[in-house]
Amino acid sequence: MSLGTRPAANAAERADNGAMVLPGRSHLRAQRAVKIGSLAFLILALSAATLLLGRYTVTIPDFFHIVAGADIPGASFIVMENRIPRVLIGILVGGAFGAAGAVFQTMLRNPLASPDIIGISYGASASAVFAIAFLGASGLALSGFAMAGALAVALAIYVISRRGSVAGYRLILVGIGFSAVLQAVVSFLLTRTDINVATDALAWLNGSLNSSNWDRVTVLSMALAVLAPAVVVLSRPLRGLELGDDAAAGLGVNVERSRLALIVTGVLLAAVATAAAGPVAFIAFLSGPIARRLLGGYRPLGTAALVGMVIVLAGDFAGANLIPGVSLPVGVITGVLGAPFLLWLLATANRSGQGG
Amino acid sequence: MAALDAPASPALSAPRAPRRPAARGLKLVLAIAVLALAGVASLAIGARPINPETLVQALTAYNPANGDHAVVVSRIPRTLVGLLAGAALGLAGAAMQGVARNPLADPGILGVNSGAALAVVIGIFVFGVTNFTGYIWFAFLGAGAAAVLVYAVASLGRDGATPIKLALAGAALSAGMVSLLNAVLVSSQQTFDTFRFWQVGSVAGRGWDVIVPVLPFLAFGFALTLLTGKVLNSLSLGDDIARGLGQNVTAARALTALGVVVLCGAATAAAGPIAFIGLVIPHVVRAFTGPDYRWILPFSMVLAPVLLLAADILGRVILPPGEVQVGILTAVIGAPVFIWLVRRRKMAEL
Repeated sequence: MSLGTRPAANAAERADNGAMVLPGRSHLRAQRAVKIGSLAFLILALSAATLLLGRYTVTIPDFFHIVAGADIPGASFIVMENRIPRVLIGILVGGAFGAAGAVFQTMLRNPLASPDIIGISYGASASAVFAIAFLGASGLALSGFAMAGALAVALAIYVISRRGSVAGYRLILVGIGFSAVLQAVVSFLLTRTDINVATDALAWLNGSLNSSNWDRVTVLSMALAVLAPAVVVLSRPLRGLELGDDAAAGLGVNVERSRLALIVTGVLLAAVATAAAGPVAFIAFLSGPIARRLLGGYRPLGTAALVGMVIVLAGDFAGANLIPGVSLPVGVITGVLGAPFLLWLLATANRSGQGG
Repeated sequence: MAALDAPASPALSAPRAPRRPAARGLKLVLAIAVLALAGVASLAIGARPINPETLVQALTAYNPANGDHAVVVSRIPRTLVGLLAGAALGLAGAAMQGVARNPLADPGILGVNSGAALAVVIGIFVFGVTNFTGYIWFAFLGAGAAAVLVYAVASLGRDGATPIKLALAGAALSAGMVSLLNAVLVSSQQTFDTFRFWQVGSVAGRGWDVIVPVLPFLAFGFALTLLTGKVLNSLSLGDDIARGLGQNVTAARALTALGVVVLCGAATAAAGPIAFIGLVIPHVVRAFTGPDYRWILPFSMVLAPVLLLAADILGRVILPPGEVQVGILTAVIGAPVFIWLVRRRKMAEL
């Protein structure tokens, strides 16, 4: 199907896609629709699996009865107070981490520049471990500490790496410096407490959906209700920044201001997600590159959010059901599966000459 | 990013008047004197301070019944571990920066430390190892495997292992290994309880049983790496020029890398993961040796243990009655230097 058979009809989309003139565009669009559709289907299927299966299996009719208000002893509590909040938190956290990672990776033009590598997650970790170990914090107070830590570290990194203007590379390297110190602080705090408290802290450090409840769903969804529109608005200047600062300025993007807005939004996304579920390994890091591979950079933020949701839900389901009798937190699964994927990603990026 | 590929060659820095070797030799003697002073301080200062006369007595006329003498003697292996680990890390850091042509290279940043950590955890969890002597071999294996893996991944592609690819591969591999490590720790509280004290990096509680097995490796690593000064000098001009000078670049890299891995592995085996010493010291050293690796290497080797011992001494007195492990303090001291480096240099130089 050549472009000639579809004159002018694609003008709007052509502008949208940065005027990539390719034969077979509608074929490409159909492919994209199928891929996005499959991601959405995967999210639905994994949600259903988490809601219905597990140590206590709920039938589909029972599930709808319970949601409609019927009281089935045992099952009602498990579904309403445990599984529904768990799935919702999984979806929200996955989406937030995915989008946050993609914001940083796209803006800084570097697949390694996700919040978990450049120190923001470590800020949350150090602050949360401190709160667990010395203040006995839990629940929302703990989330507050995690969030404050992430924001404080992000602010420090931003201020320090700012010299005239924020160069992407300096931001990443300063972030790596911060993560090294904060990791040392976390290790130190872990040696200063009772082993049981340290184990609690370790569980939090791995990231898990175990402490999901409706309170957290409410807080997280309110936060994301504000952040999601911001992401949508900022995705336009982000596309400009992806081409480089000079090109972006040439396209009429206010580089400094857009970058600041993107950093604030990305940090807040990562911070609220970390506050709700802990620093789940690799979600922010992997979602962007996977989305890019699937959809070739089409709407990087939205697709990364979808991929993030799939990863969190799949990791959580696998962690809960993979080994009978053992419930692993989602962060362990994503970490173990993420590491080899990461290596493969690096290897292929290097082979094609894009690894730096 | 392309700008980053430019070699951060020390040879490209502002031309200076050539220094007389005699002056530098004198400085090296001075540095060794400072190191000796740090060693003495490490024997004397701590929860129970020892005055100089008692210290001399303890070393010359040891009396087992005297409590102060016992304290001094108990501090000897600790000081020795600090000395050896510091020297190894400093030398390895300098050589690593030369071979990777990356001023930010450090065993911590290139993933060697986390490789060792992962291997130690596997040793504790799978093989039930619980003492420092047992950790040595695992740390060695892990450090070596991580270095080989990072180098292999980074050297894929047409242009080989560029500095930036090495750093990226190291950082990424580190992140991966830390989460594998967490997977083990979260499923075994006992492993975690043992590991959390190894993980911070410390020279406390190490005895002769830790020092003796690593000595041959350290000796080999010191000898091999100290000899690479000339090779690193030509590598610092860039691969093409080095090749033009008749250097076998691949062999030179591999040989230096072998020395670096042996040194890092041995240091990590003896003292646990200690970051930033290998990063900071070579930069300090360059300030008074200039860009010549034949001098940077020995100076780094002598001055790095000074920093490590100073951090250890500080850790003993900073938070009484407990101690702050040396790995924590080197991170706290080293990270600002790292950040300062990142800020100071123009990106093209990195």
